[in-house]
Amino acid sequence: MTQASETITAPAEAHSHKSEMIAFAIMVLVLAVLPAFVYPPFLMKALCFALFACAFNLLIGYVGLLSFGHALYFGWASYFAAHLAKVGKISIPYWAGSWQWLTITNSPMVPELAIFLAVFGAAVLGLIAGSIAIRRQGIYFAMITLALAQMMYFFALQAPFTGGEDGIQPVPRGHLFGLFNLADERVMYVFVLVVFLLGFLLIYRVIHSPFGEVLKAIRENEQRAISLGYKTDRYKLVAFTLSAAIAGLAGAIKPFVVQNASLTDVHWSMSGEVVLMTLLGGLGTIFGPVVGAFTIIAMQNYLAAFGQWVTIIQGTIFVLCVLLFRRGIIGEIANLFRIRL
Amino acid sequence: MKLLRTAILSAAMVSATAAYGQISDGVIKIGVMNDMSGTYADLAGPGSVLAARLAIEDLGDLVKGLKIEVLGADHQNKPDIGSNIVRQWIDVDKVDVIVDVPTSSVALAVNEIVKEKNKVFLVSGAATSDLTGPRCSPNTIHWTYDTWALANGTGNAIVKTGGDTWFFLTADYAFGHALERDTAAVVVKNGGKVVGQVRHPFPGQDFSSFLLQAQASKAKIIGLANAGADTTNAIKQAAEFGITQKGQNLAGLLVFLTDVHSLGLKTAQGLIFTEAWYWDMNDANRAFAKRFAAANRGIHPSMIHAGVYSAVTHYLKSVVALKNDSDGAAVVAHMKQNKTKDALFGEGEVRADGRKIHPMYLFEVKKPEESKGPWDYYKLRATIPADQAFRPIGEGKCPLVKG
Amino acid sequence: MEINLPALFGQLLIGLINGSFYALLSLGLAVIFGMLNIINFAHGAQYMMGAFAAYFLLQFAGLNYWWALILAPVIVGGIGILIERAFLQWLYKLDHLYGLLLTFGLALIIQGLFRHQYGSSGLPYQIPPQLTGVRDLGFTFLPNYRAWVIGMSLAVCLGTWFMIEKTRLGAYLRAATENPTLVRAFGINVPRMITLTYGFGVALAALAGVMAAPIYAVNPTMGADLIIVVFAVVVIGGMGSIMGAIVTGFGLGVIEGLTKYFFPEASNTVIFVIMVIVLVTRPAGLFGRAA
Repeated sequence: MTQASETITAPAEAHSHKSEMIAFAIMVLVLAVLPAFVYPPFLMKALCFALFACAFNLLIGYVGLLSFGHALYFGWASYFAAHLAKVGKISIPYWAGSWQWLTITNSPMVPELAIFLAVFGAAVLGLIAGSIAIRRQGIYFAMITLALAQMMYFFALQAPFTGGEDGIQPVPRGHLFGLFNLADERVMYVFVLVVFLLGFLLIYRVIHSPFGEVLKAIRENEQRAISLGYKTDRYKLVAFTLSAAIAGLAGAIKPFVVQNASLTDVHWSMSGEVVLMTLLGGLGTIFGPVVGAFTIIAMQNYLAAFGQWVTIIQGTIFVLCVLLFRRGIIGEIANLFRIRL
Repeated sequence: MKLLRTAILSAAMVSATAAYGQISDGVIKIGVMNDMSGTYADLAGPGSVLAARLAIEDLGDLVKGLKIEVLGADHQNKPDIGSNIVRQWIDVDKVDVIVDVPTSSVALAVNEIVKEKNKVFLVSGAATSDLTGPRCSPNTIHWTYDTWALANGTGNAIVKTGGDTWFFLTADYAFGHALERDTAAVVVKNGGKVVGQVRHPFPGQDFSSFLLQAQASKAKIIGLANAGADTTNAIKQAAEFGITQKGQNLAGLLVFLTDVHSLGLKTAQGLIFTEAWYWDMNDANRAFAKRFAAANRGIHPSMIHAGVYSAVTHYLKSVVALKNDSDGAAVVAHMKQNKTKDALFGEGEVRADGRKIHPMYLFEVKKPEESKGPWDYYKLRATIPADQAFRPIGEGKCPLVKG
Repeated sequence: MEINLPALFGQLLIGLINGSFYALLSLGLAVIFGMLNIINFAHGAQYMMGAFAAYFLLQFAGLNYWWALILAPVIVGGIGILIERAFLQWLYKLDHLYGLLLTFGLALIIQGLFRHQYGSSGLPYQIPPQLTGVRDLGFTFLPNYRAWVIGMSLAVCLGTWFMIEKTRLGAYLRAATENPTLVRAFGINVPRMITLTYGFGVALAALAGVMAAPIYAVNPTMGADLIIVVFAVVVIGGMGSIMGAIVTGFGLGVIEGLTKYFFPEASNTVIFVIMVIVLVTRPAGLFGRAA
C-alpha cells in the first residue's frame, strides 16, 4: 500500500491560545444576542448539531479516525432521552426458568435524569462499537462504523419503544431541576446554550490535555506512538467512547428542542451530514464544526422549499471541499491569518 | 424566514375590499406541506398546491375580496424538518391552516403543534388512523382516507367476493404490523381465514423468498401490508414468479394511482385495493383531472389531491361564514357542524372525532388490453357506502368523543 | 418450525441470486480499491445509473435488454472514466479517506439529480421475452430470468478473476498496485491503466444494475442502501483477493436467504452481525491479509 503523503490533519499550530480565547468570546457573544434576530427554535436545533459536529471532530480531527456512523450515538441517545422523558419505562430481560422482564422504573423522568441516562447509554454503545471498529484502520474503520450504524438503524426501526416510522412524539419538555420551565422558549434556549458551551469546553480541555497530545501523536504516526510505549488502541477506544458520549449529549437535548425523536437521526444520511458539517467548517479546528453545522442547518432550513436540490448542493459542497478547500472555512481563515482557531 | 416567503408557489390575491376584521393580518394563509421531492412527490407534492389553488379559483365570488395566499414547502418525510417548518410558518409567517402532510410520522408531529398554537390542520396525505383515534385533536380533520378504511374496504370486499383465505406479506415495523392487524381482523370478522404471514425487512429489496412462502401457503389472496417501493417491488416479483397466473391474487393495502403508473399495467393487472377517489368516475372528476393534468406535467390527480381540493373548499366556506380565521378550534367546530359539499366528493360530513365521511371504492387494475391509454387504469369493483367506510366513532378511543 | 427440505433448497437457490448481486458489486469495489486505493462510495449510484441506462436505451433508442447489457456498462463506465479524470486523479497523493468523502459527495449529487428529474416512485422495466416464464424444478419454482442472473454473474465474476490473476494484463495491474514506478519502467502507462480500471469497476456496477432492472424497482435510491450491505460484505471478505470478494458475495447471499426463511425478522441485519463476528475473530477478514 502506498504511503499517503497528506493525512487528515489540523493546520499548523501556532503557540498562542489568545486567538482561541478571542474567538470563543465572540462566539458566546454572538450566540447570546442572536435570538433577538433569528428564530430561536432554529438556533437551538443548530446548536444541537454544532455540538454533535464537535464531538465527531474530536475523532477525525484529533485522532484521524473517520467514523461514518456517528448518527448511531446521536440518534439512539435521542430515542433514549425521549423515551425516558415521555414514558420512562425501563425493563431488563432476565432468565429464571423462562425469560422474564424486570421492570426498573415505570414513570416519566425529569429532563436532567433522562439526558444523563441517555448520554450514558450512548457511551456504552460507543464503547461496544468502538472496540469492534478499532480493530481495523483507515477506510475499513469508516466502513465498519457505517455498517454498525446501519445495523442499529434497523434495530431502531423494529424496536417497539422507538415507535418505528412515527418516532416518539410529542416529547414533553418538563421542568429542569424542578425549577426552570423548559416550555418557556427563552429558558429552553439558555439551557441548550449552556449545555452546548459545557460540551464545547470539555472537548477543548481534552484536546489540550496530555491525553489529547497522545491522540494527536497517534494521528500523525501511530507506529511511532506504539514504539514510544503507548497502548494506542486504548487511547483510541477512550477517545471513541468520549466522542460517542458527547454526540449522545447533543442527541439527548434534541428531542426536548424539537419535541420528537425519529428515524431521521439514526439514518446513514445523518452520519454523512455530520461529516459534511465538520469538513465544511474545518477538520481539526475547534470552531470549524460549529460554523459548519450552522451553515448546513441554515441551508436546509432556508432551502427547504427547493427539496431535492438540498442533497445536490450538499454533494457539491462535499466535492468542492475535498478538491479545493480541504482546510474548511475556519481552517482557511486560520491559515490566512496564521492563527489557531 | 424571508427566504421561505419566496417559496410562495402561488398567491391568489384579490384586493381587499370587504371588512374582514378577524382575519389575522388581513390574509388567509394556506400552508401546503408535503413531500415535494421524494417517494410521495407525485401523489402529493406540487400537485397538492395546485389542488388548493384550483379550490380557491372554483369558490369564485364567495371568496372575492379576501386575500388568500397558498404557500408550499417540502418536509422531506422527516418529522423534525416538518415540525420546524410548521412552527416557523405559524410563528413568523402567520399561516392559518396546514394542509396535506403525507407520512404519518410528520403528520403526528404537526398535529401536536397545530393544537398547541390553535390553528387548523387538514390532513389528506397521511394514513394513520391514530389521527382520529387516541391522537385526535379539536384542530385537526382527517380528510381523505386512513389505514382502517383501506384495511376494511379491501378485506371486507375481497372476502365477500370469495377471497376467503389470506396470507400476509408484512413490512416489519409498526406501520406494517398495524395494517396487517386491522386487515386480518376484518377478514376474520367476515368469515375469512388467515393461513399465515411473513414479516419482511423494511425496506425490502428482494421478496422472492417471501413470495415462495406465500405461494406454498396456497392462500387465495396475498395481502401486501406495506407501502411505496416495497409494494411495487413485491408486485413486480410476484409477476415474475407467475403467482397471479397460478390463481393467487394480490391485494394491496396501500396503493396509489402513481404506483400503478410506475409499475405499468402489464405487471400490475389484477391488483385489488381501496381508494377514496378516482379521476375517471364521473364528469365532474374528469373535468377536474383535465384542468389538473394540464398544469401538472400530465400527471393525473390522485385521491390525495382531490382530498386537498375538497378540504380547502370546506375550510374557506367556514372562514367566510365566521368572518374569522384566527381561532382554529372555532373554525374546525364550524366545519364539523356544517355538511361538506364540493364537486369532487359530493356531499359529506365531518364527525366529532375529526373524521371526514364519504364512500370508499374498491378498484381492480385493468388488463393492458382494457385500458384506453395512459392513466386509464382502474375498474370499479365495489362501493363501500359512507356509513360503513370508516371506523365507527366509538371504537377509536378519541378523547373528544363523549360517552 | 418444521424444516421442509424442498423449501429449504428453494431458499438456497434464491440466496444465490442475491449473492450474485453482492458478488458483482463487491468485485467492482475490490477491483477499484486494489488499483486506486479508493473506496468507491458512488458504487451504489453507478449501479442505479446502469438500471436507468437500460430504461433510457429502451425508451429513447428502442434498444432492448440485450443491447442494454452491453451498452449500459460501456456508457456508465465511460462516465466513470470522466469522473476519474475530473475528480479522483487529484486525490491519489492524499489520505484515502478523501476518496471516500469525494465519492460520497458524488453519490449524493447523482442520486439527487435523478430524483429531481424522475421522481422516486420508479420506472417500469420488463423481463426480456426470451427469459420470462418459470421453471418447475420439483423442489421449487425458478423463474428463467433468475437462473440467467446466476449464470451470467458467475461467468462475469470468474472471467474477471481469470483476467486479473492469470493473464499478463492482470499481472501488470497487480504489479502496478505494489510498485507503480517499476511498472512504469516497463513502458506501461500507469495512469491510463488506473483510469481504465476505475471505468471497468464502474461498468461492473452498471452491469449489475441492468440485471437488476427487470426484477427490482428502478428508482434513484435503489443503490443507496444496498451499498452499505456491500461494504459489510467487503469487510467480511477482506479486500485482499478477487476470489475472496466473489466467494463472500455468493456465500452471504445464501446465508441471508436462509435467514429470510428461518428468522425473517433478522434478515436485514444478519450480514452486519456476521461482520461483527468476523471482526472479533479474524480482524483482517476471511480472505484478507493483515493490514
